[in-house]
Amino acid sequence: MLAGDRSADTTAVSVRGLRKTYGERTAVDGIDLDIPRGEVFALLGPNGAGKTTTVEILEGYRRRDAGEVSVLGHDPADATPAWRSRVGIVLQSVTDLSELTVDETVRHFAGYYPHPRDPEQVIATVGLTDSASQRVRLLSGGQRRRLDVALGILGRPELLFLDEPTTGFDPVARRQFWDLVEELAHEGTTILLTTHYLDEAERLADRVAVITDGRIVEVAAPASLGGRDAAEATVSWTEPGGDRRSLRTAEPTRVVAELAARIGGEVPDLSVARPTLEDTYLSLIGQRGGTP
Amino acid sequence: MTPTTTATAGPRLPGTWTIGLRRVRIELKTFARDREAAFFTMLLPVLLLIVFGSAFTGTVAPGISFSQYFLAGMLASGIVYTSFQNLAISIPQERDDGTLKRLQGTPMPQASYFVGKVGLVLVIYVVQVVSMLAIGVALFDVHLPSQASDWLTFTWVSALGLVCCTLLGVAFSAVPRSGRGASALVSPVVLVLQFTSGVFFQYDQLPSWMQHFAALFPLKWLCQGMRSVFLPDRFQSREPAGSWELERVAVVLIVWSIAAAVLAMRYFRFQRRDDR
Repeated sequence: MLAGDRSADTTAVSVRGLRKTYGERTAVDGIDLDIPRGEVFALLGPNGAGKTTTVEILEGYRRRDAGEVSVLGHDPADATPAWRSRVGIVLQSVTDLSELTVDETVRHFAGYYPHPRDPEQVIATVGLTDSASQRVRLLSGGQRRRLDVALGILGRPELLFLDEPTTGFDPVARRQFWDLVEELAHEGTTILLTTHYLDEAERLADRVAVITDGRIVEVAAPASLGGRDAAEATVSWTEPGGDRRSLRTAEPTRVVAELAARIGGEVPDLSVARPTLEDTYLSLIGQRGGTP
Repeated sequence: MTPTTTATAGPRLPGTWTIGLRRVRIELKTFARDREAAFFTMLLPVLLLIVFGSAFTGTVAPGISFSQYFLAGMLASGIVYTSFQNLAISIPQERDDGTLKRLQGTPMPQASYFVGKVGLVLVIYVVQVVSMLAIGVALFDVHLPSQASDWLTFTWVSALGLVCCTLLGVAFSAVPRSGRGASALVSPVVLVLQFTSGVFFQYDQLPSWMQHFAALFPLKWLCQGMRSVFLPDRFQSREPAGSWELERVAVVLIVWSIAAAVLAMRYFRFQRRDDR
């Protein structure tokens, strides 16, 4: 086992040299990862980059071909019920449970855990109280997803996996979901999130790993990913004659002060922009064209 | 609401049987609400009994009505419907829709899942037997055996048959590639065996190659065991061996059970093929 008992107290997930191939195709090509307890960690990457494969190995669903993996101090390949009771999983795309009601489902699954949360309270937390007596078959996509989350957090997991949790959510539902994740994180739950949505990663994650072609190209806090925080800013404005101008600079404050002095008063159409997370992300995964 | 950081202290995990019995309840609820499953497994045999019983009013031997003969065959078929057909169709569906994957991600012991399935099979079978016997007596003047030894035979043939066909259903659930294809694959298997094993036709009047074929599979022996319960002993002369061969019924079912258990342990999967 990679992480000894002592480091398992502070480390939730530890991965070294993880590899997985399907026939000829290499899905995960040597990944190293360390997630301390209490962190919200996001795996960001395009479809087919190896996000789900990586996460499903950590969840104990898939076998790895090489590498060392420790999740809450155990190898997930030998998952026991005791280990499972400490891990919460929100899967992608399942359509099960269709004939049961929300209430029946949550109550039933609570019976699997040694110390579950109160089912009624969990249903309220994910905002399904009004649909509690509805068959799961009749729920909307977003409501189904919230039920998945309810089942994921029911057992008071120390580590929660969220695999593309807000796909198909409307903007309001997404904000509510983010609040819920922040609440869980605040309570001390370690969260491993995969997502395509950059705003989601930026809002929720303490750190982001960008994964492409089965490799991690960078791990950093969202604000400093790809050197964003140190990157040159672009100052744009309109000259009094109507000319649109822009300037890349490491000292935007000085540029703006000089502009203000020269033009005398309000600078028309003034903006100061740094590379967005999307720009940085696109350049990291090699899809240029997003960089300013 | 703070998660515990050390797992050693704290309440114990619920046991395999505790969760298994909760699964029985949830399986029954799901089954009762799933119209397709309820029809194919529960209603179809009862319906067939009514249709065939009404259509064929003749006798299979002096003093023995076709209905009497057919009831034995339908009770044997009921075992196959409730266990083999039910599981060989529903497990691939549950694998496809993510039920099994979700369960695998929880602390539920995998054995609890099977406790749930066995409980479901048992309850459906009991309900089915009671309704078929009631319909047989009420509509078709079927005679129920009066001797305790016959009911004892009925019980062990049912029990052994359910064990055997449940294991076969679990083993066969590895065959269909998708949940949608499962019933198209399983129903013909059951139908062919019903036609050749003496359910719809009198076994002793089938061509001998057909009899030999059917004798390889459990349903023929289940039918024979049920005939020993519901037909008078003088009908034994019509059986190919000239007797009910109850020992052989038991041996065949046990051998098939062992084979099915081996296959089930080797091939049963919680996950879709492309998910590993």
